[in-house]
Order: sequence, then C-alpha cells, then structure tokens
Amino acid sequence: MIAIVCIAGIGLVVAAALAIADRYLSVQEDPRIGMVTAALPGANCGGCGFPGCDGYARALVAGTAPNGACAAGGDAVAAEVAKILGVAATATEKRVALVKCCGTRSEAIRVGDYNGICDCAVAAATAGGDKGCKYGCLGYGACANVCPKGAISIRDGLAKVDKRLCIGCGKCVTACPKKIIELVPASATIHVLCANPDKGPNVRKVCGVGCMGCHLCEKNSGGKEANHFTFQGFLAKTNYQNPPTDAAIVAKCPAKCMIEDPHFETGR
Amino acid sequence: MKPKDTAQHYILSSSPHAHAKSSVSRIMLDVIIALLPTTAAGIFFFGMPAVWTVLVCVATCVLTELLCRLAMKRENTVGDLSAVLTGLLLALNLPAGIPLWMAIVGSVFAIAVAKQVFGGLGMNPFNPALAARAFMLISFTGPMTTWLKPFWWKTPDAVTTATPLATMKTWFITEATASASPHGLCNTACSGVPGLWDMALGNIPGCIGEVSAIALALGAAYLLWRKVITWHIPVSFIATVFVYSLIAGGAPAIMQVLTGGVMIGACFMATDYVTSPTTAKGKLIFGFGCGLLCMLIRQFGSYPEGCSFAILIMNAVCPLINRWTQPKPFGGK
Amino acid sequence: MRTVKSPFKFKGGVHPDYNKELARERAIERLPMPAELVISMSQHLGTPAKCLVKAGDFVRRGQLIGEKNGFISVCVRASADGKVKAVEKRPGPAGGMADAVILDTAAELPSDLPALEPLSPLDWKTATKEELLKRVEEAGICGMGGAGFPTNVKLSPPPGKRCEYLILNGAECEPYLTADFRLMLEKADRIRIGVEIMRKILGGPAVRIAIEANKPEAIAAMEKAFADIEGNVEIVVLPVLYPQGSEKHQIYATVGRVVPEPPALPIDVGCVVENVGTVAAIADAVEKGEPLLERVTTVSGDAVAEPKNILAPTGTKYADLIAFCGGEKERPAKAISGGTMMGFAVPSPEIATTKTTSGLLLLTKKRVFQYSSQACINCGRCVRACPMNLNAAEIAKAVESDDIKGAEDLHVMTCIECGACSFSCPAYRPITQFCRRAKNSIRARIAAEKAKAAAAAAKEAK
Repeated sequence: MIAIVCIAGIGLVVAAALAIADRYLSVQEDPRIGMVTAALPGANCGGCGFPGCDGYARALVAGTAPNGACAAGGDAVAAEVAKILGVAATATEKRVALVKCCGTRSEAIRVGDYNGICDCAVAAATAGGDKGCKYGCLGYGACANVCPKGAISIRDGLAKVDKRLCIGCGKCVTACPKKIIELVPASATIHVLCANPDKGPNVRKVCGVGCMGCHLCEKNSGGKEANHFTFQGFLAKTNYQNPPTDAAIVAKCPAKCMIEDPHFETGR
Repeated sequence: MKPKDTAQHYILSSSPHAHAKSSVSRIMLDVIIALLPTTAAGIFFFGMPAVWTVLVCVATCVLTELLCRLAMKRENTVGDLSAVLTGLLLALNLPAGIPLWMAIVGSVFAIAVAKQVFGGLGMNPFNPALAARAFMLISFTGPMTTWLKPFWWKTPDAVTTATPLATMKTWFITEATASASPHGLCNTACSGVPGLWDMALGNIPGCIGEVSAIALALGAAYLLWRKVITWHIPVSFIATVFVYSLIAGGAPAIMQVLTGGVMIGACFMATDYVTSPTTAKGKLIFGFGCGLLCMLIRQFGSYPEGCSFAILIMNAVCPLINRWTQPKPFGGK
Repeated sequence: MRTVKSPFKFKGGVHPDYNKELARERAIERLPMPAELVISMSQHLGTPAKCLVKAGDFVRRGQLIGEKNGFISVCVRASADGKVKAVEKRPGPAGGMADAVILDTAAELPSDLPALEPLSPLDWKTATKEELLKRVEEAGICGMGGAGFPTNVKLSPPPGKRCEYLILNGAECEPYLTADFRLMLEKADRIRIGVEIMRKILGGPAVRIAIEANKPEAIAAMEKAFADIEGNVEIVVLPVLYPQGSEKHQIYATVGRVVPEPPALPIDVGCVVENVGTVAAIADAVEKGEPLLERVTTVSGDAVAEPKNILAPTGTKYADLIAFCGGEKERPAKAISGGTMMGFAVPSPEIATTKTTSGLLLLTKKRVFQYSSQACINCGRCVRACPMNLNAAEIAKAVESDDIKGAEDLHVMTCIECGACSFSCPAYRPITQFCRRAKNSIRARIAAEKAKAAAAAAKEAK
C-alpha cells in the first residue's frame, strides 16, 4: 500500500516538474526550421558545407546560406525551400560527379606493383603511385570511401560513378588526390575521360586511351565556333556551359577517350 | 591498344624495405612448441583420455576456423596456427576425463563465438580458450570438475578425486577458526594434499596441462628465450599470488602457485597478446590484477579455482589499462 | 681530442641485417661523365629553386641554373658543361614531380660562350663568419644525410639561441650504405677542415663526432685526422643500433640532451647536427670554391653485379650508376633510393640522383617482403621497437579506421618515420605508412586552416 502511494506520489511530482519546465524553459524555435528540414532530402551528405540537413536548414532560415546549395535535392527542393522562406527560387542544374579517366588496367600501364595501404593519397605519396600516367585514376577508392550514397565503385582499377545514385555532394571531388573528379551537369551525356594535358606521344607512352589533343572532337562538332570543347595543353575538355549533343563524334575520337553514356556507370 | 610495357616492374612500397622476418605463424608455433612439455606431462599422467581430448580440441578448432572463414567469405587464416594453439590451450585446460562431445562443443564455442564473431585473430576481447573453458564450466559443471587421478588406470577402485585446491580451499575456513595454522605439509589438516615434489612434477589431479609446474616453467623459459613473451605478466601474476597467500594465510604460498591454473595461466593464458596490454607498465598492472582476482576468488568465491575467471575479467579491463599506460613519447611532456 | 663510448642509450631501436660488407671495402670511384644529366630543381627540403635556363641554352659546370626561392630553399648549379635539352617536370626519388633541367653533356659548347666567373677560394682562417655563411649558401649545400635541410639556415641559429655542440653524424645506421664510411676513411682531412670552418661560423661550439662501433676503421681515420685539433672535440663511439643516425637520438647518445616534441628543433637544446658528407662539401666550397656538384652514392644490393661507392655528379640517372657497377646480376624486385629502412622505392632506373641520394639499392625477390593486411595481434613489438616511444600499434589502428584525430592524440606528429615498427611487425602491417598517412592528413589540415585564417584576415583587412 505504502509502495503504491510512494510511486504515485513520485509520479505526480515528476509530472508537475516536467509541466512547469516545459512551460518556462521551452526554447522558442523558428517553426520554419522544421519545415525546411522536412523539405530537404535528409541524406545528411554534407555537400552543402553545413553539418547535415538540419544545419543547412538553420542557416537557410537565419539567412546565412544561399538557397540552392543542396545538390542532392536540386531545383525541386530549392523551389520548396523558397516557398517556405518566401524568397525567389534560383534554378540550379543537378550536377553529378565524373571521373575523368578511362585508363583501365588493360589500357593504362602500371610502372610498379604497389604494396601498401589501400588508399589513393597514400599510394600517390609512394613513388608517385603505380600508374604510369601521373594524372590518372589510381583506383584505390578514396572517392568510393567517402561517397555517402555508395554511388562509386572501383572496376578494373578505375573509379566509376553511377549517375543515378550520385547526389552531387562533391565529397569525392575533395577526396581525390589526383583532382580528376569534376561535378558536371547531369544532362550532359558526352564526356572526355582523360586528365592528362601532356603531348600526344607522351600520353601514348603511358596510356592507350589518353587524349592527345588532336582537336578532332572540336572539328566534328562544328569547329571552334560551336564552342563545345575547350583545350588545356593537349587535353580536350567538354564545355559544360554548352555541351555537345551529337553522339557521332564519340566514335570518331581516335584516342577513344570519349564516352556517350547517359548513366556513365559502365564507362567506356 | 595498350602501349608497350617494357619497363621492369619493381615493387613500390613505403619504407621500411627490410623486415625482422618474424611472423604470426612463427610466434604461434613457438607457443605450441612451448606447450609440448606440459602436453607430454599431461598425457603421461592421465593416459589416453588426454590424448583424445587434445586431438579432438585441436581438430575441432581448426575445422571451425575454416568453416567460419568460409561462411564469412574472408581469407583462410588456418595457416597462422592460432586455431591450433587455441585448441591445444583449451584441451590443456580441461580435465582428462571430459566426454569428447563436450570438448567439441567447447572448441566450437572458442573459435566461433569467442573469436570469429569478433572478426578473428586480433579482434577478440577475451582469450578464446579461457572463454570456452568458462562457458563449459558453467554448462557442464559436473564433468568439468571431475578429476582423474594421475595414473588412474593403476587404481581401479576410485579413479576420480578432488583437486588439491578444493582441499586447500577449506584451509581458509579452518584458518579462521583454528588458532594454529598448519603450514607443515605432513600436518593432519592437509591430508589429501600431495607433497610439493608431486606438485612440481605434476603428479596431482587437475586439468591436463596445468598439473606439471616444471614442464610449464620449461615452456615459459623457451618463450622468454625466443622473446615471444616478456617477463612482466608471469612474474607480476605469480608474485601477486605468492605475496597474497603469505599475507592472507591459508595454504602455503608455494602451493598456491604450483597448483591449479596459476602456472599455465600466468605463462600461457594471461600472456596472450590480443587480450593483454602492450606496454611493460600495463603488463605489470595486468599481471597484478590477475593474481589478485585469482586469489580473491580462491579465498572468497564459490569455485575452488579462480584463475580462468581472473584472467577473463582482466581481459575485459585490458583496453582501460592500455589507456592508462600510454607510453610517453621521447622528448614529450 | 679524445675518444669516448656513448654513455646514453635510447629506448627501443632494432637490429636490421646491415649487409654493409657488400660495398664496405670498395674505394670511392669517380663515374665517367654520363651523356645526360637530369638536374632537379627540388633536391632539398623546402621550396624548389626557380629555374634560370631554358631549352637550347648552353651552361658551364658550376653555373647557377636554379635560383634560391625563399628562406628554406637552396640554389642549384649545373653539375657539368652542356646544352639544355629541355626543362620539364620529372619525378624525383620520393615520387614528387618537380622541374628538372635535362642536360646533354656531350654537346660541344660554342666558342663564343662567355667564361664562367667561378667561386673564388676563401681562406677560412681570415674570412669573416658572414663570408663563410654566404659561401655555404652560394655553393648550394644542403644536408646530405637524406633530409636535405638548407645548411646555411642550420648554421645560422635564430637570435637568442646558441650552438653549444656541433655534432658530426657519421653513424650511417642505414643498412647497405657505406658512402659516409668511405668518405670518413678517404677524406678525413676534408672533414677536419669542414669542422674548423663550421666551428668558426657557429662561434666555437664543442664538437662531437658520432660514429657507430661497427666502423673501427673510420674511427681510427678520424682519430688520426683530428689528433692535433684544439678545443673541446670528442669522437663518440655509438652502440650499433638502428636508428642511431636519427638527429634526436644522436643528440641524446652523444650529449644526453632530449629534443622536445615538434616544433622544437635541435638548436633549442643547443645542438647542430651535420652529416659528414655535408661537412666535407663545406670544406670544398670554402677552400676550393667548388660548389656541391657531386656526391658519393653507394650502389649495392644483391641484384647488383659489383657493388660500389661512386662519386657521381648530381643528376646522374640510376641506370648509369647501375651500368657502372656492371649491371644487374639478377632480376631486381625492388629498387630503393637510399637505405632499406628509410629509402624510397623507385619505379624505374630513369630517376636521377640528387644532393641527398646516399644510396641506390637493387634487391632481388629473396630480400623483399610484402606488406599484408593482416590484423594487429597486439604483440607490442612495435611499441618496444619505437625509438620515439610511441604506441605505434594504436596509431596504426586509429588511422586504419580513419581516426586521424585519435592518431594525433597518440602523438603521431612526433614520429620520425624510421620504420622500426613495420620492421618488427610479425603481421607485416605497414605501420610506418599508417603514421605517414596520419602525418600527411594532419599537415594538410593545418595548412588548410592556415590558408583559411589568412583568407579571413585578408578579407578583414579589406
């Protein structure tokens, strides 16, 4: 009997304390934070530069972060957020990661047998890595390790991004010690998969599928005026402001370093 | 078309490019070699049941390791000999007359539950052989505490008996009541306790591998000479047991050391790398803790023997000890 | 002058197979000028030098071709007459790419090429301290033991700090290497002059010459050369133990002082440590006006037909060194620039020597081991072996699980990357590489934080 009374008493006292605490100690939070958080994808990928979706939502409501920084959510989310916050939505393109190398084990030479920790940065610091091409993908998976969506896999010594899974958070871009991962518009389908700006013969010494800077892709896509490609040294780069659409040029690339692949999960 | 790959392929690795040529399997082999004298002694005293227990435990452990690795789709690690060692250690910690199916259950537990579940060699928090022994002690209490007499085949009337420890345990109790403590070995109070010489040789009831102190010491000396173990854990363990029993009274200190699992525990079980601290200081603390707990259990616990439990408890504390005893860097504050 | 045994023994250390007998008895031989040199602009620690020549230029031996670029930097001079074939990025022994001058030494110089104004010989007894320091800088001298720290910087203690001990590093604790040993044997007189010059620059510190006990001939040669030297000079015989040649451990072994954790430097405990090769180079630069253009390199290993100690111009390709040694006896599985404990594995014999290349080793499969991804069994051998008394096993485990902060808390930045941990690991874990990985990540993080702070400060200033 005493026990029942005691327990009941404790229950009452604690309930009262909680009720008082709730009344006087509650934190007034901007309700919009919850709404924005709900609108965001909730992947907590960190691609926006804030600690998780909640962090980004707080910054958005506080006005310290630009709308549209959520690559994972894309335009739909930005529009939603804009509606909640009552500001104009800025359209952004969905961007996805692209590994600019297609030098698989069978195409690019290896100059040694690497034996050590399986990590790109560490391998690159050991005699410059075991790949003959100093610009190429080492394939030790630094990007795959940081990908929050598991969109990157290593196949045949090469990192491959599955465009359908990629949310464009950009973590792989910073993780890659060779700096060959770029965020490109998801709508672009034609890409140059090489990052070696050396002269053709030097590229050929280390890789069977390296860009030699022959400008044929530029010629075949309507010449310089069409402005589908830019060149850095002896390396062609797709101009993602104005990407080419004619898939015929891919087959005409003598170096075979171009792909036309809507998903680029299989690569060349 | 792949460019012609004429360059010689050298191995590229980070320095150092030289190695002491020690290896895990060599270390395990050394421990197995060090256990051979006591295995031989156990077989000498307990006969064919000991042989069968050892063979069954080793075989089951190796097989379980193989199957576990296959099931987990990891590389085969039977070659590192750690499963052989676990099997041998477990067998040496079992009474010779144990039914073989129990030995099999214990071996499977040692490898599958106490080791591979945690990720295999190097990841297990508890010494697999001891964990299995503790498991068996709780599951099969009767058979696990039924001891064959040495040379039981020569004494057809009573083949099983109590261990000296069980007899000695009563001394703590008589100690409290009797004013004169019996420290002589031929005292009436210690009838049923064998002589010191028998204890050193191993002519006493007990687990297969724990009875012969001389054979264990021989093995420990080999391990020290091969630099497989350092002196810290055995010395602090045994010294603690010795000093404790001097202070607490009861059975003579030397007997506390020579009987039960103290010798095999201090030299072979507590020194297991994976479950003991890395630094010298940590090892001393670890040995001290093992010795203290072992004696506390012997004096106050319900089991006559506390060595296995003492080591298991200290295994659990090991990460904490490691934390406390981080070495101070050369030139550090 | 007296010879003493080292009274201080540091904790840890390992005993690798030294294999020094391969090249120990080989007197230093001069390499005939190779047809092509690859002279890197980054032969030292710090900012690479700024290249002053272009393809097609003709250069003379000793001509300045790379300008010192910043405070921690060293100038580069042409190590032979010749025509610049190209200036391009080439990988160095450690794998990093740097500008390199490809020199065709067989090219005939045009007759109207102006003569080179050589560095004039200086009399160190009458020259001022500043003149001597300037000469060290002009001659492009950096630490020749391996790290390549600019020597003139080392010889100019920061204000408020005084050098009490000049320690000569003749330990050469790396396996296989005998270049310093031969130098002490054959050029003891040059080393003595170098010591006198450095003593003058540093304001008369006591001198300790540290040599490992396994080089009795070198100890005898140095005793003879230094017999009549005045002042506080001692030859300290060190026990044979790797890494006795590490700066910090040498300071402890010779004078019993302990250098605190980084960023502290030896000068903080009043010590300057210089490799014997560097000391000889200083003597040549001052007395003969000869810049640092060549060095002794040990070419050894069980795959080399005839191991040798070779005096070769900097920028010599490894292939030329190997050819001079009679080529390969067996197929090598690994080529190492430096010694087996701290050297760099190189991918091809096209890599060229630098001012810091103490050795080139070709090892057959027999001598090469493979690292594995086995789990740590917690045996503690690495902890016992670590001369810096770090918990290497824990650091490796932390890095393995990407816990760089955890590694930092375990003082990974104190690691000297001597390799004793990996050497003694029975599970063949690349512990040293884990430490390197942690150190690189921490350095990158610190650099990023600094850049961020600088950017913020710049923004504020605007």
